[in-house]
Amino acid sequence: MALQDPGPDAAAQTRNIIADMTHLEGPLLPMLHAVQAAFGHVPQEALPVIADTLNISNAEIHGVVSFYHDFRRAPAGRHVLKLCRAEACQSMGSEAVAAKLTALLGVRSGETSPDQAVTIEPVYCLGLCSCAPAALLDGEPIGRLDDERIVAIVERVRP
Amino acid sequence: MSLIQETDYGTPASRAEKTVTLTIDGFAVTVPEGTSVMRAAMEAGMKVPKLCATDMVDAFGSCRLCLVEIEGRNGTPASCTTPVAEGMAVRTQTQQLKTLRKGVMELYISDHPLDCLTCAANGDCELQDMAGAVGLRDVRYGQEGENHFTATRGGEANFHYMPQDDSNPYFTYDPSKCIVCSRCVRACEEVQGTFALTIEGRGFDSRVAAGMHQSFLDSDCVSCGACVQACPTATLTEKSVIEIGQPEHSVVTTCAYCGVGCSFKAEMRGDELVRMVPWKDGKANRGHSCVKGRFAWGYATHKERILNPMIREKVTDPWREVSWDEALGHVAREFTRIQAEHGRGAIGGLTSSRCTNEETYLVQKLIRQGFGNNNVDTCARVCHSPTGYGLGQAFGTSAGTQDFDSVEETDVVLVIGANPAAAHPVFASRLKKRLRAGAKLIVIDPRRTETVRSPHVEAAFHLPVQPGTNVAMITALAHVIVTEGLFDEAFIRERCDWSEFEDYAEFVADPRHSPEETERFTGVPAADVRGAARLFAQGGNGSIYYGLGVTEHSQGSTTVMAIANLAMLTGNIGRPGVGVNPLRGQNNVQGSCDMGSFPHELPGYRHISTDAARETFEMLWGVTLDKEPGLRITNMLDAAVEGSFKGLYVQGEDILQSDPDTRHVAAGLAAMDCVVVHDLFLNETANYAHVFLPGSTFLEKDGTFTNAERRINRVRKVMAPRNGFADWEVTQMLAQAMGLDWAYTHPAQIMDEIAMTTPSFAGVSYERLDALGSVQWPCNEAAPEGTPIMHVDGFVRGRGKFIRTEYIPTDERTGPRFPLLLTTGRILSQYNVGAQTRRTANTVWHDEDLLEIHPHDAEQRGIRDGDWVRLASRAGETTLRAEITDRVAPGVVYTTFHHPLTQANVITTDFSDWATNCPEYKVTAVQVAPSNGPSDWQRDYAEHARQARRIATPTEAAE
Repeated sequence: MALQDPGPDAAAQTRNIIADMTHLEGPLLPMLHAVQAAFGHVPQEALPVIADTLNISNAEIHGVVSFYHDFRRAPAGRHVLKLCRAEACQSMGSEAVAAKLTALLGVRSGETSPDQAVTIEPVYCLGLCSCAPAALLDGEPIGRLDDERIVAIVERVRP
Repeated sequence: MSLIQETDYGTPASRAEKTVTLTIDGFAVTVPEGTSVMRAAMEAGMKVPKLCATDMVDAFGSCRLCLVEIEGRNGTPASCTTPVAEGMAVRTQTQQLKTLRKGVMELYISDHPLDCLTCAANGDCELQDMAGAVGLRDVRYGQEGENHFTATRGGEANFHYMPQDDSNPYFTYDPSKCIVCSRCVRACEEVQGTFALTIEGRGFDSRVAAGMHQSFLDSDCVSCGACVQACPTATLTEKSVIEIGQPEHSVVTTCAYCGVGCSFKAEMRGDELVRMVPWKDGKANRGHSCVKGRFAWGYATHKERILNPMIREKVTDPWREVSWDEALGHVAREFTRIQAEHGRGAIGGLTSSRCTNEETYLVQKLIRQGFGNNNVDTCARVCHSPTGYGLGQAFGTSAGTQDFDSVEETDVVLVIGANPAAAHPVFASRLKKRLRAGAKLIVIDPRRTETVRSPHVEAAFHLPVQPGTNVAMITALAHVIVTEGLFDEAFIRERCDWSEFEDYAEFVADPRHSPEETERFTGVPAADVRGAARLFAQGGNGSIYYGLGVTEHSQGSTTVMAIANLAMLTGNIGRPGVGVNPLRGQNNVQGSCDMGSFPHELPGYRHISTDAARETFEMLWGVTLDKEPGLRITNMLDAAVEGSFKGLYVQGEDILQSDPDTRHVAAGLAAMDCVVVHDLFLNETANYAHVFLPGSTFLEKDGTFTNAERRINRVRKVMAPRNGFADWEVTQMLAQAMGLDWAYTHPAQIMDEIAMTTPSFAGVSYERLDALGSVQWPCNEAAPEGTPIMHVDGFVRGRGKFIRTEYIPTDERTGPRFPLLLTTGRILSQYNVGAQTRRTANTVWHDEDLLEIHPHDAEQRGIRDGDWVRLASRAGETTLRAEITDRVAPGVVYTTFHHPLTQANVITTDFSDWATNCPEYKVTAVQVAPSNGPSDWQRDYAEHARQARRIATPTEAAE
């Protein structure tokens, strides 16, 4: 996942992205996902455009975007690592895995490394409990995290 | 006197007719189906503890304090979200419930500061009340954990802490006191309909946020106060309460701003007004308010208010403060002299749409009985006189047909030439609520107003007419309805004159009235016109609401008749949810018209030439009344310029600013010998006055206002007049100085005289108003409790009258020199000429008038956003700053008229309605060009105003 600066015309681009989505039933979340897919995050400039299109208020869309942690408000690193911290993974040692990965990658959970290489985010269940502890690297599921796989992740993030 | 405590039932009333009976704690209660258990308990007198519920908004079920047990059901459901059922047995107080509630309160208090003694809500805090109600004695969790209320924690900044937001001039938002009950968010959405607030984040991070985490002032907030009223804690608090403390008594009165006529509780501490809170039993507003009525009352104590009478020989002299006796004696001598020298008709007066019915009645009585002529007029001349004339012709009464509650039952709303979101905000909120519930909206307006589109509300059709083409537009709608056979034949045959209808139908069916033909000059696409006509005719209950965009035209009266035709054509008269509803501008413009303020009409719209009506007053007043109509404002000014009209008594009206063609008004006033201005402030008209009589505010007198729905509401005195006398007393003293034997000691006696002489007010008295809260006229033997909806069984005039409405373009045309059309309007935070609102903190929202211009027109003229521009018409020119927007169409420019520096009426012409002389404010051909600053007129006028407002200090007077 590459860092994509939306540039000065984020509003205009947003208008294009959502143009053919207005017919959807409950179009707000699909629109926000599409914007995040295009920009890597949901830029602030996109929100009034979506609000105006759907004739909802700025406050309402702010309420929705801020409710879902999955909508990122600032650009992420070049790689995004989501580590499951929910109960099943915890019981299989995910806290230790998280400690190792944050130490090896030099970034705290929920933050982006200074070199913009990686963002680590906690998630609460990936539905991969049978392969716990589990993670998602740039959208690819990785199960049964052990030291070998942790090293593989670090190598993929900083080759 | 005590503080009125309104019962909060927790959830809104159910409208179901079927009732169910249940028992609550063993007591049988019968309530309408759909009522919540919480409300049923409250109706039975049992208060279930609650925090997130309040009866202005729907149940939410988040605070978990109102839990109850219900026999045969599992768990402890929330009483606010649980509807009653037949035979249900509810327990509101069991050991289990007590334990649960205490536990919930412990959690709330573990994240709430314990500074109750110094808290602004002390004495009015529901959180404190609930802590008491559940018997909270300790908080097991302590207060040391993670929290939202300490700025620092463990020596470091607490990142959960948000500082107080003071940005709104009238209330504060203190997040540290917030319990996230969402009442403010829901009030903003459900009651006000602005959707300016939200809950951001989730879980422990959940916070109330204005806009997108903005300050309240920068957000979409319109400062209506609904959130402040809904807040159960000190999180949202009026700054006046923070400064003064909690009020100790309250008096129900009526707002003195627009024609909605909202009822408020004036909450007082001694004679100091602490806050105005909308009264839930007010039938116009149902517990809602706008920024003006709720907060903008500071003008009453503004330092520029004049409290002593003043006179001067010439308008170029400084003012000299004098005693009441000297001022009134001077006026009496001058008026007597003028009449002796120039004839009985050489003086006259203007009644005020801001004063009470009783005061207005007295001013016209002074003129008819004391001056011995009918030279009385009122500012309705310049706003809704065509409504009086047009509706009088069609239906037989000069007023709206509905009450405001009617909007709750409408299905299609046609708004013409009105922007309720800005000018009648509380009605707009009620309208939007109905629209969100599914009713459809059609807007006819040259400008894409806030009413056309706002969150969750969008007009099905916006027909952006060229200014001045309303008659063609509405006749085109009628054309579609007639030619497509969509009219209500049964209604017309039963209620109207069929042969008149046939004549009218033949007229409108002419192809020249078709949308395809009229599109050429209205500029509205024919398909939209056809769509709108079909929707209005077939969409169920159709109601029409209109404003000054209808009346202030050369064909204002014709447009009103066209509207009446449309309502009769579609059978939309005489039941809830339909009707023709003029949105009146000023608080008592309806009342001032009712009270005989026009030169041709006695109170109750009886023509002065009617012998019976005249005799009633002649017997009572002991004089012979002139049976010829007197002069209208414009005629008075013309006569003044010609030298035959010399004296004028103006109560509570600023004609120099509000009447058309300012220079002509100025010339007329300057030609008079004795201009008496009776007002709160040295207004613009006072710059040409010889005598100034200080007025009183609505807070300082008893009386009644009549709102746009004909509702007579009581105005109650909450403090002594700072100027010494209520306005009715001043008029009475003037009458006495002129030798009349008036001896009213209370406005109730004036109302008794009105009731005695005016059939439509026959049943009105202060006792009845106090008993019923308010009544809508006609109130008489046939309708002792008033008339919410008119023409139910038949039109007042007998049969409804269809009138041909031929479109005649105004003489005001665009041409090479003046290629643009100017139209005017209002903005939410300011009121009329701004005499009151400009003297409040409302100026933070609108500190100058702006000229809205389309980007295309702006680019052609090299105008950028915010530039000073010169606005010129055939009548004059002024300057103001431009705002570039596509809310207006190319070729149309728009401005407000709230600020005296702008003097928008220097631009407007003296064209007027053919029937009533209502000025054509809404259409002026203009040119716009870049400019460096104020025009010569503005500079000269500013200097003149400065000179004219000088008040001699005692030392100067001694010289």
